[in-house]
Amino acid sequence: MIGVISYLAFFGTVATILAIAVLGLNLQWGNTGLFNGGVAAFFGAGAYGTMILGGPSDPLQFGGFELPYAAALTGGILLAALVAWAVGLLTLRLRHDYLAIATFGVAVALESVARNAEWLTGGAKGLRSFPRPFEGLFSDQFSYNLAFLAFVVVVLIVVYVGLERLIRSPYGRVLRAIREDEIAARALGKNATRLRLEAFVLGSAIIGVAGGLYVSFYAFISPQDMAPILTFQIWAMLIVGGAGNNRGAILGAFLIWGAWTSSGFLLARFAPTAVQLYTGPIQYIMIGSVIVGMLLWRPQGLLPERIERRKTGSEAPRVNASRG
Amino acid sequence: MIQNLMDGILTGSIISLGAIGLTMVMHMLRFANFAYAELLAIGAYAALVFDRIFATLVPLTDQAFGGLSLTWSLTLATLAAMAITGVSAVLIDWAIFKRIREKADALSMVFASFGVALIVRNVITLIFGQKAQFYSNDIAFAMVLSRDPLLLIKPDQVVVLAAALVLMALFHLVLSRTTFGFALRAVAENPVLAQVAGVPLARMVIMVWLIGGALSAAAGVFYALTNHLSPLIGHNFLLPVFAATIVGGIGSVYGALLGGFIIGTASGLALQILPSGYIPAMPFLIIIAVLLVRPQGLFGEAQT
Repeated sequence: MIGVISYLAFFGTVATILAIAVLGLNLQWGNTGLFNGGVAAFFGAGAYGTMILGGPSDPLQFGGFELPYAAALTGGILLAALVAWAVGLLTLRLRHDYLAIATFGVAVALESVARNAEWLTGGAKGLRSFPRPFEGLFSDQFSYNLAFLAFVVVVLIVVYVGLERLIRSPYGRVLRAIREDEIAARALGKNATRLRLEAFVLGSAIIGVAGGLYVSFYAFISPQDMAPILTFQIWAMLIVGGAGNNRGAILGAFLIWGAWTSSGFLLARFAPTAVQLYTGPIQYIMIGSVIVGMLLWRPQGLLPERIERRKTGSEAPRVNASRG
Repeated sequence: MIQNLMDGILTGSIISLGAIGLTMVMHMLRFANFAYAELLAIGAYAALVFDRIFATLVPLTDQAFGGLSLTWSLTLATLAAMAITGVSAVLIDWAIFKRIREKADALSMVFASFGVALIVRNVITLIFGQKAQFYSNDIAFAMVLSRDPLLLIKPDQVVVLAAALVLMALFHLVLSRTTFGFALRAVAENPVLAQVAGVPLARMVIMVWLIGGALSAAAGVFYALTNHLSPLIGHNFLLPVFAATIVGGIGSVYGALLGGFIIGTASGLALQILPSGYIPAMPFLIIIAVLLVRPQGLFGEAQT
């Protein structure tokens, strides 16, 4: 029984952390129409930033400043926001493709730094022994894991409530206005470029929060944790749940993470050894098919975006979004 | 230094071939196609299959040309792979992108292209395995061009560079001398106006996929011939071909050609100052530099 609860707590913690990242992406893609092709980069920036600032000191390694947990996590989040700000500043005034390509590029670039800059990131072996927060307060691992689950759930709720308030505010309406018709929004005197940059940086900072929590939970980070597949997983979660709907984003995170871990478990348990070697590719094809299939057959996701419309009840076609 | 430059030019010619189709597709269909580079992988593996088939059917064709690992069967296989890859590009567009294009915006297409790339890459991994493979298991010896500084070049590399240049020249002749080429350029420049002038857009989209697929397949084979086959070819070439289109200006075929050589040589020369592990990040740095200085690229029109 303890084993089952223990596993569920572990599963819940990871899914909750990923759900926070999906919420960040939802602000960018779902609410503002910004395409982030490098979710893994911002997740990795948050994780590595937190690790380098708060990790144990090591004479062979830059970093390991042993800062208090809150300061380390804040630093990680700021690093993710800084990367987003630099990329966004360069690309958000251009055609939407540029943001997609540049964010994809920043993920490739940061992954190569994570793999190669051994003095900073530990290279392929990664960085380990992050002092997990409040660990001294608990006598055993089991109760600590439950407490950590509670901690990430609280963070998820804070992010969720904050974002819900944000998108229901006039600010959120402007973001949607820019997504639907940028020219009209500009005609109303809204600075579309600046607002998109703000939404992009805020969304990336939230993805950075998820990265920071991830490293706090595992106490370990390596380039494998910011591999491109993470970007695909987070996207699949958002698109299955429903872009533009924060509850959908959380639902999608739990569904896809559940499907991912259970398919891995089933393949490892029941598939012949020859097939097991290809667990990775089989799961990747699954994620790719989920993304393409949802776009083809249910692009609005399981929980579609709900927009309160007062005068017109009809769904406006999003033809103008492509003119970015 | 000169060795890095030479290798860079060779890589550049492969990137250029891959970028020609991408820049046209990006401009005509208005979306950044992240599945495009997988066409290189499809082409390279299709050539591997055809090469084995031809060599088995007619063993005589499996004789390597003097000093090369290129054989008659691989030459024919490359042509077959170009056709197959062109057709697969059309089929992928028909099965997925066209249907999304009809009901959703360009960003959904970008999204879908990521999914398609993931599927294609891993289906290839499932079929052919993750290990690197070679068309020929004979060792291709390099020719020593000079001993001080040491300059090495493989005969395969010379052939690949020449073949790439021939393909580019052919494509240039088609663009500049034929009615079809004029129509293609018209569509690339302004799809709506071209349609008004009587160019059938739907057919041109198919032609662009066919040409882009064929050139990408050649690029994939050329890379595999001078390096090795791996399911990651598409992933590894994705950023370089995007960088080439951005450097050249999205929509400019000649810009993409030049852009490919710029990315290739810059990445080659960067080996002088950077450890090789950082080379995948080079195209990104060049993209950033272009966006800072001249966002529309060398030959692109200003876009906001």
